[in-house]
Amino acid sequence: MYLMGGIGLNRIITKREIAPDIISLEIDAPLIARKAKPGQFIILMVDRKGERIPLTIADYNREKGRIHIVFQVVGKTTAQLSQMKEGDELFSLVGPLGNPSKVDNYGAVVTVGGGTGIACVYPITRALKEAGNKVTTIIGAKTKDLVIMENEMRKASTALLVTTDDGSYVRKGFVTEVLDDVLRKEKNVKKVWAIGPAPMMKAACDITKPYKVETIVSLNAIMVDGTGMCGSCRVTVGGETKFVCVDGPEFNGHLVDWPEFINRLARYAPQEKLSFETHRKLCGEKNG
Amino acid sequence: MPEQDPKKRIRNFDEVPLGYTKEGAIYEAQRCLQCDPPQCVRGCPAEVHIPQFILKIVEEDFAGAYMEILKTNNLPAMCGRVCPQEEQCQKACVLNKMGKPINIGNLERFAADWAREQGVQEEPPKIKKKGKRVAVVGSGPAGLTCAANLVKMGHEVTIFEALQKEGGVLTYGIPEFRLPKKIVEHEVDGIKELGVKVVTNFVVGITKSVDELAEEFDAIFLANGAGAPKFMLIPGENLNDVYSANEFLTRSNLMKAYKFPEFDTPIKVGKRVAVIGAGNVAMDAARTALRLGAEEVRIVYRRTRKEAPARADEVAHAEEECIAFDFLTLPVRILGDEKGNITCMECIKMRLGEPDESGRRRSVPVKGSNFVMKVDMVIDAIGTDANPIVARSATGVRTNKWGYFVVDEETCATSREGIFAGGDIIRGTATVISAIGDGKRVAKAIDNYLSSGGSLKKQKKFK
Repeated sequence: MYLMGGIGLNRIITKREIAPDIISLEIDAPLIARKAKPGQFIILMVDRKGERIPLTIADYNREKGRIHIVFQVVGKTTAQLSQMKEGDELFSLVGPLGNPSKVDNYGAVVTVGGGTGIACVYPITRALKEAGNKVTTIIGAKTKDLVIMENEMRKASTALLVTTDDGSYVRKGFVTEVLDDVLRKEKNVKKVWAIGPAPMMKAACDITKPYKVETIVSLNAIMVDGTGMCGSCRVTVGGETKFVCVDGPEFNGHLVDWPEFINRLARYAPQEKLSFETHRKLCGEKNG
Repeated sequence: MPEQDPKKRIRNFDEVPLGYTKEGAIYEAQRCLQCDPPQCVRGCPAEVHIPQFILKIVEEDFAGAYMEILKTNNLPAMCGRVCPQEEQCQKACVLNKMGKPINIGNLERFAADWAREQGVQEEPPKIKKKGKRVAVVGSGPAGLTCAANLVKMGHEVTIFEALQKEGGVLTYGIPEFRLPKKIVEHEVDGIKELGVKVVTNFVVGITKSVDELAEEFDAIFLANGAGAPKFMLIPGENLNDVYSANEFLTRSNLMKAYKFPEFDTPIKVGKRVAVIGAGNVAMDAARTALRLGAEEVRIVYRRTRKEAPARADEVAHAEEECIAFDFLTLPVRILGDEKGNITCMECIKMRLGEPDESGRRRSVPVKGSNFVMKVDMVIDAIGTDANPIVARSATGVRTNKWGYFVVDEETCATSREGIFAGGDIIRGTATVISAIGDGKRVAKAIDNYLSSGGSLKKQKKFK
């Protein structure tokens, strides 16, 4: 029963480094697992002095009451999170936030995952296939070591295409180039999901626009509360201001004001750098 | 009341008014005429036993004064600091006719601070449990007050809080220099010691719906606040350094961004900051920006000082701290560079026209009076709207066209039996004390409802 402390534990059950600096955590969070749906996210804090950061729910198990998150170490908070051990508890965890993906039987769809975006697109891909779609999935990363969840993705989709920026695995090129190939060959694609770093999502939208295929992106905006209270995550979509946390995180990518979104993502770049450097220095002193 | 010197205080987040000494408090308390019937109490939504607690201060029984206040108000250290006494209890004080009213707020603060420093605490109620369970949504002033009153009546109460820390607006909204967080923590702890349970990181409407809670609890109090920030809806408002006051203050107060990088949450420190609006929240945002290191902070307001909704004290504090005021000024667009940084803000001069429906004179643009204000950061503090997350998960609970819950004026009962609502989510942004007043009224109404055999669990399921 949550009143007895079931909530607030947020214990890490398993921790795996699935690629260099990319970590998968399985967390005990029954109340979140009970309601989680593909496309939704959580907000967590590592400790009392921590930041609230949003992360997409990569998977969930309702029976066991657990959720999975996958993240890459990019700053202080993710570095601290990567240093937590199995059995440790997160200071704060809340969710499932945002709206679920609109999963329906569209016919033929394409899902695209770039980098850790692969983990985000995974539950959506699986749900789309279960709903009866023919799902072509494209996953890609900078290099072979960083291609994650290949086996899971193969199972979750009808066909899987893999690419690496440097050509160290399967083929050389960006996911957007593969997407262009697929759309050129397959005329009946009804919808595309493209999730990854903002420049990749923008590039994917530029590719799909001439084909007039609706393209859904999941925006990784900067948030504080994640429940519509602060407006930190606001973005212009189709000329209107939307909050990613409560109106998204998924939007029609052709309507997103990408330059504005990308500018807003860099709002705290100097502070984030300072935070990360200070943290690394402290860790170095501890270990040295 | 001694205060921190403005020159010093704009460089720290410590509290501005320093509080009475023992002697100062007794001296002020001795001025009280002990009217019968007292006028001041009529002005207090929390019905604090004002003459009684002031008499205890005169008698130097400070613990007694504190206990007297707690009979009707469990948040005295907060109320003493943030209530608009000049419009409530002190406005009704008969001494106004002869000069100065009793400084009731600061006496309340003195009694509560003394008790905290001496470790004086209220005993948990020795009342027989009635076996009924109440859920309170939100741990702001309305929720905390209602919960404290209900446990004292013998009910079991659980508060659900969306954020990681209790207090609602007292924690995320009001800055440290006006309401130190250790005081909020102390009063929240006091309420927990009475037996109230608090579950944090629980977003009602997301973690569980109101409908789900209705299956587990006998009654529910919705006190989730008015959470959604308003924007001006002018061009350039999504540039990088345009903040809602909610975001700016939440980063600084709840997340402690003013202590970055000791705390991880960052915040922008603008050089020239414009705060739009002239309510208490605008003053809080402006004074916070100054303390974070801004060189110049201005309040931009479309009406005049007379119409400004902030407390006179707060405007005076801002002025002492050299915050500039641009009255009769309305922003029309914010301009930025290709990286999204603000370069300046275009405004237009206004004049006062006919009164609107609220009785305040409408402000009308003066044609051709546009001018450019050089700023690199803008904070919108123009109010909030209802956040729909809670309401949309509550079947059968009616809201008005603005999304606020429709309630019975006397009992705060909503359109669904067993569910009550109060605080900012029934009237829009108001004051801490009106939320406390709602909390008290709802506690009585819920006790009546449960005592007469009512229970949400007995209701047929809402589908």
